[in-house]
Amino acid sequence: MAHDTNLSPEEQHKKNVKHIIFVALLLFFVTVIEFILAFIWPDTWNRELLNGLFVALTLVKAFYIVAEFMHLKHEVKTLIWSIGFPTVFIIWLLVALVYEGEHMISF
Amino acid sequence: MSTTATVVKTPKKSIWDGGVSPLKASYGKLMMWFFLLSDAFTFSALLITYGTIRFMHPAYDGLFSEFTFSDQHWPIPEKVFNAFPFFHGVDMPLIFVGLMTFILILSSVTMVLAVEAGHRKDQRDVEKWMLWTVIGGITFLGCQAWEWGHFIVGTGTPTILSNGVAFEGANLTQNQYGPPLFADLFFFITGFHGTHVLSGVIINIVIFYNVVMGTYERRGSYEMVEKVGLYWHFVDLVWVFVFTFFYLI
Repeated sequence: MAHDTNLSPEEQHKKNVKHIIFVALLLFFVTVIEFILAFIWPDTWNRELLNGLFVALTLVKAFYIVAEFMHLKHEVKTLIWSIGFPTVFIIWLLVALVYEGEHMISF
Repeated sequence: MSTTATVVKTPKKSIWDGGVSPLKASYGKLMMWFFLLSDAFTFSALLITYGTIRFMHPAYDGLFSEFTFSDQHWPIPEKVFNAFPFFHGVDMPLIFVGLMTFILILSSVTMVLAVEAGHRKDQRDVEKWMLWTVIGGITFLGCQAWEWGHFIVGTGTPTILSNGVAFEGANLTQNQYGPPLFADLFFFITGFHGTHVLSGVIINIVIFYNVVMGTYERRGSYEMVEKVGLYWHFVDLVWVFVFTFFYLI
């Protein structure tokens, strides 16, 4: 919802609502695609590939919720980084536990 | 006669002197962001724990269509969550969870519309969209209550556990769907998310009340709607991840 100075309040309002509906439809269709994939995926195909697709589509949805609905994309760069960068710790936890998970299984 | 020149020094302005908004966001909004970041860590830890515990258990390695419940292998979520209210015994994998997802996304959309109306200082519109958001949240909680009820009561056909006992439904120590930890993680992860939705609904109701009473109209700013909006979108964001990692994969 970036503000364009040469638009009248009424035009700005219409533009914002249009954008919100665009993001909403995008989230809706990505979820529908996930559903269709879950149902049509044949038994014999690689499940890991399907899971990879699910994770990728989830990240697309997460990006649009955080960037547009939570408006983070339109904040100043420092704020974007102070929220975005610490999420590397989540990646680290994921890698650490998946790696350590091997030892936990054999234990 | 001594002439003492009084030099008036203008004090140096520092960003720490106050009166400015670092990061061009208000204090409340910034702190909401950092709270949500810490909450994201909590939810990630829960979901990553789910992944680790799942990989510690043997996976089902037969044909997908011939899957049966057993506490010897991790269940396929599609086979566990396949019930729908008023359609008893009909196999509708993930349809109900899908419906819950759409309800939550929809209530997120009405929340953005409330924030947008707040920017225009349109009290009636903010009231309308906040009310829809509250209704969406309550509907989601109702769905979750049904889901929990069905999960606890069971499918109607008991599973013979490895200790020879026929068991139906689920509690914290045993369940008919899979290893005990499966039900524990279900209760913990969806329960923790549900608690967030519940507190979100309560905060939304408080904000809705303030909007109706004209508190923000007098204050001249609807920023509180924005802050509670951030929290509400976060709840939706977490559900997107729970939906993928608990139900789809």
